[in-house]
Amino acid sequence: MKKKGIVAQLDSVNEFEREPIPKSKLKGLKSFIGMYAGEHTAGTEFVIGPLFVAHGVTAFDLIVGLLVGNLLAVLSWGFLCAPIAVKARMTMYFQLEKICGTSLVKVYNVVNGVMFCFLAGSMIAVSATAVGIPFGLPMPSLSDMLPNSFGWIVTVFAVGALTTVVAMFGYQQVSRFANVAAPWMILIFFAAAIAVLPELGVNSISDFWAVANEKIWTGIPLQGQSRFTIWHVIFFAWFANMAMHIGMSDLSIFRYAKKWQYGFSSATGMYLGHYFAWLASGILYALFLQQSNNSAEFAPGVVAFNAAGIAGAVCVIIAGWTTANPTIYRAGLALQTLVPTWKTWKVTLITGLVTTLAACFPALVMKLLDFVAIYGFLLMPMGAVIFIDFYVLKRFGLSDFYAEKAGLKLNWAAASAWIITLIIGLAMNQLMGIEVFFLGLPGWFIASAIYIIVSKLYQSKTYSEIVVP
Amino acid sequence: MKSTVLKIISYLALAGTIIPSLLVFFGYMDLQVNKNIMVISMVIWFLTAPFWINKKEEEAIE
Repeated sequence: MKKKGIVAQLDSVNEFEREPIPKSKLKGLKSFIGMYAGEHTAGTEFVIGPLFVAHGVTAFDLIVGLLVGNLLAVLSWGFLCAPIAVKARMTMYFQLEKICGTSLVKVYNVVNGVMFCFLAGSMIAVSATAVGIPFGLPMPSLSDMLPNSFGWIVTVFAVGALTTVVAMFGYQQVSRFANVAAPWMILIFFAAAIAVLPELGVNSISDFWAVANEKIWTGIPLQGQSRFTIWHVIFFAWFANMAMHIGMSDLSIFRYAKKWQYGFSSATGMYLGHYFAWLASGILYALFLQQSNNSAEFAPGVVAFNAAGIAGAVCVIIAGWTTANPTIYRAGLALQTLVPTWKTWKVTLITGLVTTLAACFPALVMKLLDFVAIYGFLLMPMGAVIFIDFYVLKRFGLSDFYAEKAGLKLNWAAASAWIITLIIGLAMNQLMGIEVFFLGLPGWFIASAIYIIVSKLYQSKTYSEIVVP
Repeated sequence: MKSTVLKIISYLALAGTIIPSLLVFFGYMDLQVNKNIMVISMVIWFLTAPFWINKKEEEAIE
């Protein structure tokens, strides 16, 4: 009886995957502020901040680079993603289906869903480094790519199961939990960093800059790590969520917004999470390195526990959890287009399982900066396609939502834009040595140009046959 | 009334998270004491905040 009740409750979760959001379901600004602040003050922040330290960023490059990069990210959400979301009020996947056709969207959604699973997996792994502390779990090190113990796998599965169950209940539950946890998590980041500054030698505010340069962001990478410049920092901060803003994945989130200006609510996430939290977690990691004699162990949970005790470890768990939840939810939406008749919770359950399996591999954490950049670049071309389809195609006398209007299962213009952009990006990376962090910007223009040109050629061949009766 | 009391307790918990760290920074408190206060503040926050933090949104939906 009770079991039936739970299934009925799960079945009743309607996220309007294939219809515009009704006015009665729109959300206020506070919901987005809480969502973004919570989601971007997250488990991965405990990884990214320390990885900047490991990559030998200087204090000036980090502080200025993050300021600029995060501003560009907020503007991307505010001017590119949110305006389309509130006009169309569709999930990114449904909109893409109308543009690209069902076949291409299925391929795209598999790639997208798998990327989201990996991203959520890294967050679960981060949480696991905190959950494992009381059990004396051997922690992974910077060079670990595979699971290093059975205990690690068990811990990851426990965290993954809990995260999946919450995600199964939909966006509403995720948003509510993020709202509760966000203010406390943000303060824990600040508090922990402030409290350990004296241990690093900062006894007054005037000491900070000298210590920051000499002991925290020294400009010298750890052994085996490449050196990052201010350009790495700017482009990483801008494109850390490229799939979500320029890549348009957050159309699925902002379709609930009453106004397009809510896109700027992403600033809470960028400046609290991707600015102060990255700085704070870098400070905590610098202390860990100092106390451990530059240990190769890389466990955000341990780093936070050393600095803030049990509250720090719990913060890492919750931070990982609140980020993994919406990411699994997004992955569920992506993969649901493969099986639209399935209920969201069933798809989310399977997604959570895949995510948990991925989380067992520490490589997801140790190579997080590279993974985040690759993931953004892989998905970005379709964001360019959506943008051009929405604003530009009609100006060239071309049809938007072409696959839907022409009854096509595959729009070759969109497919070309995606595939050719990725091939060019790969060539730029392999032949010209351009790092993956810098491929997103030229990639967006390449994808846009290809989509317009191929649409012009493609639609002139097929449009009159299909649209003119 | 109940909500206001819970809110005040929650805010005190947030203050208990950040203020002791400032005291540690300025040399008025030991780091271990700060860690203990942070745990207590955390428990109080998660016991009180869920009762008011989503309330306005719920009312708007209803």
